[in-house]
Amino acid sequence: MSHKDWEKEGLTKAEYEMIVELLGREPNRAELGMYGVMWSEHCSYKNSKPVLKKFPTAGEQVIQGPGENAGIIDIGDNQAISFKIESHNHPSAIEPYQGAATGVGGIIRDIFTMGARPIASLNSLRFGELDDEHVRFLFDGVVEGIAGYGNCIGIPTVGGEVYFSDSYKENPLVNAMSVGLMDQEDISTGTAKGVGNPVMVVGATTGRDGIQGASFASDELTEESEEDRPAVQVGDPFMEKLLLEASLELIKTGALVGIQDMGAAGLTSSSCEMASRGGAGIEFDIDSVPKREEGMTPYEVLLSESQERMLVVPKKGKEDLVKEIFEKWNLKAAVIGKVTDDGMLRVFNKGEIVAEVPASSLADDAPVYERKSKRPEYLDELQSKDVNDFLAEEKEIDFNDRLLKLMENPNIASKEWVYEQYDHMVRTNTVVHPGSDAAVLRIKGTKKGLAISTDCNSRYCYLDPERGGSIAVAEAARNVVCSGAKPLAITDGLNFGNPMNPEIFWQFEKSAEGISKACEKLGTPVTGGNVSFYNESPKGAVYPTPIIGMVGLMSDVEKAVTQDFKDEGDIIFLIGETKEELGGSEYLKTFYDKEEGRVPEIDIDLEKDVQDFVLNAIEAGIVKSAHDCSEGGLAVNLAESCINGNKGAEIDLGKSSLTDIAKLFAESQSRIVISIAKDDLENLEELKKNSNLNIEKLGEVKGENLKINNLIDLPLKELKARWKESIASRMKA
Amino acid sequence: MRFAVITFPGSNCDQDCYHVTDNIFGIETDMLWYEDEVELSNYDCVILPGGFSYGDYLRSGAIARFAPLMDKVIEYANNGGLVLGICNGFQILLEAGLLPGAMKVNNNLKFVCKDIALEVVNGENPFTNQTQKGEKIILPVAHGEGNYYIDDKGLVDLKKNDQIVLRYLNDEENPNGSVDNIAGICNKEGNIFGLMPHPERAAEKILGSKTADGYKIFASIIKYLEENSSNKRGEKIES
Repeated sequence: MSHKDWEKEGLTKAEYEMIVELLGREPNRAELGMYGVMWSEHCSYKNSKPVLKKFPTAGEQVIQGPGENAGIIDIGDNQAISFKIESHNHPSAIEPYQGAATGVGGIIRDIFTMGARPIASLNSLRFGELDDEHVRFLFDGVVEGIAGYGNCIGIPTVGGEVYFSDSYKENPLVNAMSVGLMDQEDISTGTAKGVGNPVMVVGATTGRDGIQGASFASDELTEESEEDRPAVQVGDPFMEKLLLEASLELIKTGALVGIQDMGAAGLTSSSCEMASRGGAGIEFDIDSVPKREEGMTPYEVLLSESQERMLVVPKKGKEDLVKEIFEKWNLKAAVIGKVTDDGMLRVFNKGEIVAEVPASSLADDAPVYERKSKRPEYLDELQSKDVNDFLAEEKEIDFNDRLLKLMENPNIASKEWVYEQYDHMVRTNTVVHPGSDAAVLRIKGTKKGLAISTDCNSRYCYLDPERGGSIAVAEAARNVVCSGAKPLAITDGLNFGNPMNPEIFWQFEKSAEGISKACEKLGTPVTGGNVSFYNESPKGAVYPTPIIGMVGLMSDVEKAVTQDFKDEGDIIFLIGETKEELGGSEYLKTFYDKEEGRVPEIDIDLEKDVQDFVLNAIEAGIVKSAHDCSEGGLAVNLAESCINGNKGAEIDLGKSSLTDIAKLFAESQSRIVISIAKDDLENLEELKKNSNLNIEKLGEVKGENLKINNLIDLPLKELKARWKESIASRMKA
Repeated sequence: MRFAVITFPGSNCDQDCYHVTDNIFGIETDMLWYEDEVELSNYDCVILPGGFSYGDYLRSGAIARFAPLMDKVIEYANNGGLVLGICNGFQILLEAGLLPGAMKVNNNLKFVCKDIALEVVNGENPFTNQTQKGEKIILPVAHGEGNYYIDDKGLVDLKKNDQIVLRYLNDEENPNGSVDNIAGICNKEGNIFGLMPHPERAAEKILGSKTADGYKIFASIIKYLEENSSNKRGEKIES
C-alpha cells in the first residue's frame, strides 16, 4: 500500500507498520479503514490515556467507573444512576443543527445501553461573541438541534451552561450530558461472550452517512472542513425514542448477554469492543446487515455512522424474542453473526472473508503516546500582570452602570432564550427548573432527589489550567450543594486544541491534575467522560475547556433549595471570604477587554468546609435560598437572587480594606450567599459555633431595589429587563 | 372509575398522565397501545397524551389519527365518552376531526416551554368544573406547533357555543400566535376537550411550576364522573 492509503485513514507510517506486524501481513482496504477509526484519538484515546489514568476513579458509590459506555453510581434502595458527557464539536461547527442533535442522540444511547432509562439531559456550550453573524447562526442552530432531538424523544433538558468568547468563534463546543436511572439488577454491559450466541443489529438501517466521522473529529478544522459535511450524521429522534423503549423492554427480559450503542466507527467499534471486553471473537456477514441503500461496499458498511442502531448479543435461542420486541416498535432486528472463541473479528461478504483481525488489536492495542508537554510562553506574561494597578487608576466609577452592563453581558445574562426552547419538564420530575444553581429532579416512588450541574470557567483554565481545573470541579460541587444535594461523582468533557502541540498538551495535563486534586478532596470520583482534541481553527486553539458534569443526591427532595430570595425580611449571609481577586474576571473582560492576571485562589479544604456548612444548614431546614458566587462576583450573585425572587435587598458590605471593585465584583472562590428567616438566626448561630468559616451578615431582603452600601441602588425592574432581554435582543439582530 | 391513556409511537407524556390519574388520584388507569383495537366503552375517560407521535413528521398528529385505535376513540367520543387531548393529543383530535380548527407552527418558529397564565373561559364543562369562569390559572406549555387557527365563521360558532374553554391571558402571554388567544377548546357537546398546555405537569406542588393548577383539570373530570355516575359509560351526555 502507498502512504496515501494510510494517511487517508488518519494513520501514520509507524502505525501502519504496527498493523502489518500485528497481522503478519498487509491489511486490505476495509481492515485499514477499521484500524484508522479505531486507532483515532476519538476511539482510542491514544494521546490522552496516560493522563486519564491518573484520575481518581474509586469510591464506595461507584458501581461502574471509566471504560464502559457510561459510568454508574449507587444511590441506595437498589437504584443506580448512569451518566456521561460527550462532545460533538466538529459536526456542530459544520452543520450546527444535526451536529448538536446527534450529539444528544449519541449520549442518550450510551445511557440506555447501560440499562438505565434516561431521565435528564444537560449541555455545556461555547461560542464566539454574538455580534458575529456566523456565530449567531451556529448558536441558533445548535440550540435548535438540541431542542429538536431532546424534545421529540421526550427527555427533559434540565440544565447546562453557555459561554461566549472569541476563542470559540470558529470552533464552538457542544458537549451533551445524559443522566439515567435504573434498578441495579438491570445493569447491562457492552460484552460479547458465550460461543455460538447470536450477534444482532437492531434499530435503524445502515447507510452511507457519517463514514469516517471519528477520524474527522480527530483533526483540526480548516477552510476545507465544509467539504466534510457528509461525515456529519443525520439524527432521527423518533426512531431513537422507539429504539430506547424497545431496548429497555429487551433488557428487562434478561435475555441479553450484552448490548452496545453503535456510535463513532459504527459496526466496527461496537463489534470489536464487545468481543474484546468478553475475551471472545465475533464473526458476522455484511450481507445480513439491513441497509438503506444499494451497492454499499464492506468498507462503507463497517464504517458507517448511521444513527439509532445498536449491536446486541442475546442468549442463544432468544433471537425471536428480540425480533418480536423490536417489531412491536416497528424496528428492524437482524442476526448478522455469532460469538466465537478465537478472539478474531471476522467479516464475511458474499461468502468471502473481507476482514479478519484480532478484535482486541482494534479495541485495545492502539499505540499509546506520551506527548511532549511544555509550559506555554504566554503564561508568564499574562500571570505577571497586576490588574489592581490599572484598576486603581480609575476614579469616580458609576457602579450602577457597571452592574447593569455586567447583567447584560451574555455570559451572565439570563439564558431563558436557550432553555425555553428545551422541554425541561417532560416526565414530570423537574423540581428545580433551569436558571438556578443546579437542576433538581425527584425520583418517583422515593423521597430522593438528584441535583445536577455542568461547569467550567475556561478563561481561568487558559490563565492557569491547574487552578481552572480545580475550580471547575469545586464550582460544580458548590452548585449541587446550593441546591441541597451531596455531590457524588463527576463525568468530564475535556475539550482542548491539538495535543501534538506541547503547550496544548501541557494545558491538558495541568487541567487534569487540577481536576484530580479537587475530586480527591471533595470525594467525587471520575466515572467516565470524553476527550475532544483538535479544537482548533486557523486562528488557533480554543481555551482549554474541561467541563465538569456533577451529580449529587439528596435524601429528601422537599428540602431542595433555589437561588431566589423568598420573603421580605429574610436575612442574607455570605459564607466564605471575598478577596482582592479580579484577575481573569468577567469585570476585567467587560470593562477593559483584558483576560489576564492571577485567577482566584482555590483552597479545596476550605471549599469543602464551606460546602459542608451550607449543606448542614440546608438539611437543618433553615436555608431559604442559596446561591454560588461566580462570574461577576457578589454584586451579580445578589442581583440574580433578587431578580429571580422578584424581591429587593438592602446590603451593607461593611468596612474592609478591600477596594469597592473587589467588594462587588471579585470572583473569589468558595463563597455562597444564603438567606434565612429571622426566626432562624439562633439556629444559624448554633451551626456557626462549630465552624471556623468567615460568615458575614450582608443585609436583608427588602423593598424593590437592590441597594449595596452607597455604591449601588437599582430598581429590580431595570436590572431584570437588562438581564432578561440581552440574549434574545442580540439574536434578533 | 377507570381511565385509559393511549400510547402512540412517539408519545412521551403518556407515563406522566398515568402518574397523575393512577398515582395521584388513585384511579385505575390502563395504558393502551395504539394498535390494540380494544373496546373503549368500559372506560370513563380516554386521554390522548402529549409527545411527538410519529416524530411529528409530515404534520403534528397527521399520521397518528390513522392509528387503528383511533377508530375506536372516534366511536367512543361520538357516543359521549370523555376524551381529553393534551398538546399532541389535541393536535390528533383536530386531525381526526373531533374538534374544529387546525394547528400551525408557532409564529416565532421556535419551540417554547414555560409556565403561561391562562383565563378560564368556560368553567362549567366536565373538564373545568373545579375552576371558575374568569379565573386566572397557570399551566406549562411545551410545543412547537401550538398556533391554533380557525376561520372567522368557525370562531363565531366556537364563541356562540361556549366552546372556548381556555385562553392565554393576553397577547403577551400567547406563546404561539393562536387566533383569539385560544389555548383549549371543546366540542359542542362538551365531552371532548383539547388543550395545548400540560395540566399533568402541574398537578403536584413539588414540581417546579409556579402553581399546581393542573390538578383542577383532573379533579374536574373526576367530580363530573362522580356526579354523573348514573350516566352509563359511553352514553350520550344530555346537553
